[in-house]
Amino acid sequence: MPFMEFVNFYLMPGIVLGSIYALGAVGITLVFGILRFAHLAHGDLATLGAFAALGVVTIFGVSPWVALPVAMVVCAFMAIGIDKLFYDYLSERPKIIVVMSSLGIALMLRAVVQVVWGVDTETYTRGIVRPDDYWGIRIRDREIYTIIAMFVIVGVLWAFLQKTKWGKAMRAMSDNPDLALLSGVDNRKITMLTWGIVGVLCAASGFFLGINTELKPLMGWTMLLPMFAAAILGGVGRVEGAVIGGLIVGIAEETSVLFIPGEYKAAMAFAILLLILLVRPTGLLKGKVL
Amino acid sequence: MELIGLLNYAVFMAIFIGIYSLLALGLNIQWGFSGLFNAGIAGFFAVGAYSSALLTAPESAVHLGGYQLPVVVGWIGAMVAAGAIAWPIGKVCLRFRSDYLAIATIGVAEIIRLVVKSEGWMTGGARGVNKIPRPFGDLSYLYSQLAYLALVFAIVLVVYWAIERQISAPWGRMMRGIRDNEDAATAMGKDIKARRLEAFIFGAAVMGLGGALFAHFNRSITPEAIDPMIATFLIWIMLILGGSGNNRGALLGVAVVWIIWSASEFVTDQLPTEYAIKAKYMRVFIIGLLLQLVLRFRPEGILPEPQGTAGSPEVKTFQKQESAAK
Repeated sequence: MPFMEFVNFYLMPGIVLGSIYALGAVGITLVFGILRFAHLAHGDLATLGAFAALGVVTIFGVSPWVALPVAMVVCAFMAIGIDKLFYDYLSERPKIIVVMSSLGIALMLRAVVQVVWGVDTETYTRGIVRPDDYWGIRIRDREIYTIIAMFVIVGVLWAFLQKTKWGKAMRAMSDNPDLALLSGVDNRKITMLTWGIVGVLCAASGFFLGINTELKPLMGWTMLLPMFAAAILGGVGRVEGAVIGGLIVGIAEETSVLFIPGEYKAAMAFAILLLILLVRPTGLLKGKVL
Repeated sequence: MELIGLLNYAVFMAIFIGIYSLLALGLNIQWGFSGLFNAGIAGFFAVGAYSSALLTAPESAVHLGGYQLPVVVGWIGAMVAAGAIAWPIGKVCLRFRSDYLAIATIGVAEIIRLVVKSEGWMTGGARGVNKIPRPFGDLSYLYSQLAYLALVFAIVLVVYWAIERQISAPWGRMMRGIRDNEDAATAMGKDIKARRLEAFIFGAAVMGLGGALFAHFNRSITPEAIDPMIATFLIWIMLILGGSGNNRGALLGVAVVWIIWSASEFVTDQLPTEYAIKAKYMRVFIIGLLLQLVLRFRPEGILPEPQGTAGSPEVKTFQKQESAAK
């Protein structure tokens, strides 16, 4: 197979899909690392974000790119609200109870999407967009924006975590919650901040999946496994790791079609997850193991 | 006529309660007694249903099989197959906290769904497996239903008895010990990974049996019968509401939730089509909310797990010796 064909039909779609997974995986790794539980409602929160953007597009008739920040705000408040209403009351109990609660939240969020927007497949814009040719690489504008947006969002988050007072407090919570509490880090504010950031990231991953493919009530749920595989592959609690993991899972899924039947594309994430848990549970970048 | 219809419906409901009871009992072994989070119940259910179906169904052009083995062999096959799927997953994931198991089991259920849908030579694809023999299937409708109901209830009783025995045995107390304090159990020299793996496989096998009973009851099994999330989630809410760690609680939870679920379906079906579809999803929302409320206000369920060892055989012998000494 010619090299350019590989790049155009397998590698580029893989990177685009990987960027979408990376956005979600960063959120998962934050919850996993700071709040210490597997957030199973992550995918469905992304679905809600995608549909919230659709709502803005249909009501105000604006471009989807204008709707994205609105969806991010909606999702951030949604995430904080869910935490205050449901997860917060379970904080004294074993963490696995919160995992169970999040499974219920996943179902509730999906039900809300299905009631409000129905079960039909939707798109942000109609019509087929043909890819442009850049020195032999065929790529659509929206795909370029997806990749750039991922790096910008994660870059800003990374700088926030490294440089600011609040970012450092979040990392301190992630490293050692008792020590962080002892040093005067306000546990509740950090939890709220984390959920806000997670909501923004969820909305972004859902939106970019929606703009590159279609919007379906199950879109987020099917992303859940690849996103978790990416977060664990990169190392739980490591933001850069989640990006690397997301890109690897995305590229692996798209190139897997060369070796295995296309129906089993979704199985790649699962294979990666089991493999990494088997050989190196800390992930590529030495993350936490819960 | 009305009365017969009502009786038919009641029997139908009771058979479903029996099948769901097996799933809830299986989950109780995993979650209730061992603290293992299985979010892929539908997957083990499907493996059981298809294994038993393929082993016992007559020859067909669309799927594997034609072995026409006795139904009992199919049921044993279902349990073995579900346990065999659980083994590698447990082997990899049980070293870690249950969060990892939750994610992995979601994955397993998804992969099983993919296999069932795409490997048409084996499972018949979308057409599924049909003409699965049903025990007492050649009786007249009502008697056949009643006989199957009796069979299902007998199996639930046997499984219930087996689990109760296993749980009051040293194995069961050790499992609860591991669940409640892993470090202490390790310090006592318990092999936590191996014990958890046993519990996970045991529970999965019971779920597989539930799937098999479902397939033989319907006489057919198609991919539509396995709705991964709803089925899994219903079992979870049944167990949590009824009382995890208590087998009687699990059975009560099944009956309560299944009756609420079916009754609400009955109500939503009366609505005009436009609202009926939305109401269907509202039902799911309410079940999700119910879980949140139970977790917050009554985490131990309607029938909580009995505390302490009063009533266990050792304590009784001890008490006897005490009174004899006096």
